[in-house]
Amino acid sequence: MSTSLAPEATRTWRASRLLPAVVVFGALLLVWQVYVVASGVRPQVLPAPSRVLAQGWSHRGDLAMHAMSTLTVTLVGFAVSLAFAWAVAIAVDFSDWLQRALVPLFVVSQTLPIIAIAPLLIIWFGFGLLPKVVVVALVTFFPVAIGLIEGFAATDRDAVALLRSMGASKWTRFRYVRLPSAMPRFFTALRIGVTYAVVGAVFAEYVGARSGLGIYMAQQKNAFRTDLVLAAVAVTAAITIVLFVSTYAIEKIVAPWALAERSM
Amino acid sequence: MSTVRLEGVEKAFGSRPVLDGVDFAVEAGEFVAMIGPSGCGKSTVFNLLAGLEVPDRGAITVRGDSPVSHSHCAYMPQKDLLFPWRSVLDNTSLGLEVAGVARAEARARAAALFPTFGLAGFEAARPSQLSGGMRQRAALLRTVVQEREVLLLDEPFGALDSLTRTEMQTWLQDVRGRYRWTVLMITHDIREAVFLADRVVVLSARPARVCRQVDVGLARPRTLSMVTAPEFAAVEHQLIEVLHEQSRRALAQQEMAAHQEAPQS
Repeated sequence: MSTSLAPEATRTWRASRLLPAVVVFGALLLVWQVYVVASGVRPQVLPAPSRVLAQGWSHRGDLAMHAMSTLTVTLVGFAVSLAFAWAVAIAVDFSDWLQRALVPLFVVSQTLPIIAIAPLLIIWFGFGLLPKVVVVALVTFFPVAIGLIEGFAATDRDAVALLRSMGASKWTRFRYVRLPSAMPRFFTALRIGVTYAVVGAVFAEYVGARSGLGIYMAQQKNAFRTDLVLAAVAVTAAITIVLFVSTYAIEKIVAPWALAERSM
Repeated sequence: MSTVRLEGVEKAFGSRPVLDGVDFAVEAGEFVAMIGPSGCGKSTVFNLLAGLEVPDRGAITVRGDSPVSHSHCAYMPQKDLLFPWRSVLDNTSLGLEVAGVARAEARARAAALFPTFGLAGFEAARPSQLSGGMRQRAALLRTVVQEREVLLLDEPFGALDSLTRTEMQTWLQDVRGRYRWTVLMITHDIREAVFLADRVVVLSARPARVCRQVDVGLARPRTLSMVTAPEFAAVEHQLIEVLHEQSRRALAQQEMAAHQEAPQS
């Protein structure tokens, strides 16, 4: 009985929590609109939100095509990053030596200026999918891998001792305790990672691509179509929000208890 | 031959000796309570018996085997450690699953004990839906269902309010009477020790050794009204004297250590 009541309660709770953000966002758009109309500023400098919407809508075919491209780069790059992060985090969890060898390297990798590296990747790998996937993976690997490594390490020592007293092998202890214990931190890291992934994909395309929201923005900027640049920005934001929210949906299926634990 | 046997067991962590020649034994079907000043090494004794640590010196055998090679002990830690990602039933069958019993059979064996443990109807519930007393019974069920010869209970009721604790003590005595488990229990509560145990082992301040063993000659089943009987009070009184002397020693040691660590003024 209490379980059937709980989800509904959280839904209304979430909706009412979102309301202030929606109100403020709407008010900001309204101020922007009024300012543009009242001041008569040229649309090449600052288009009104209504113009961004109208022009975006009339170019929806182009925007959708480029958005699909960006989404592909984001998802493929993030999937590659996740696969590596999991493999490395598990290896590091099983070996102290690897932990000491690799974790400092990851930190150093974060000091590399991606702005300088992205153009080099284009030179090395061309204008195809590969250099963009590499940029997305570089940007997202660190937060996800560290989230997992710290998640495994945050396992209750007493829980591990309990499993040992039951005669569990190292792998069994990992599967029964360390892996589920890491889920709350993993999903937090996943949310951070997926937002970086979209930014990384757009940036990689901006540097050089045949299609994608990044290169679309660069082209429209050069044509002084500020309205279409902003329309592409809005589409990017929408993609990010959808991906961000979908991590909650995945968490609800994979580890519903982790969500419940966090809200306590 | 005793079921559990510790002979001259010594253990140090770094330069700090924790156990200094601990000797005692537990017979089959016996309920032994272990008390001692806090921080004296009671949990270390359990970790040794559960095979989680190895003694520096001395011998430990449980049914003739060393706990490290083959453990006959089922261990119930202080915290209930029920995992939020498993249902109550899956939590209680964990030990069997880890031991390689097929999941369906492990669940069936654990489920069969649910009525005895007052958990019937909560098989599919999440641990967070259980009360404090129910969580401890679920943790005990998880320990018992492993069907090992000796139960190691580390302050099983320490986290409960006194009313629930009294209920749980009566309940534990009742089921133990039915199943004839061999139990070694750590407790801070002298009354609990006297109420439940056949024998009470008192450990000294660190480094610990056994400084007294008291047989509790009270008839079973023990009732709540016996707690105020003179025979009960007599046993309790003996234990209080020894324990307080050891606690004072432990406190003095801690103060000494604090003084030594403090910067010279």
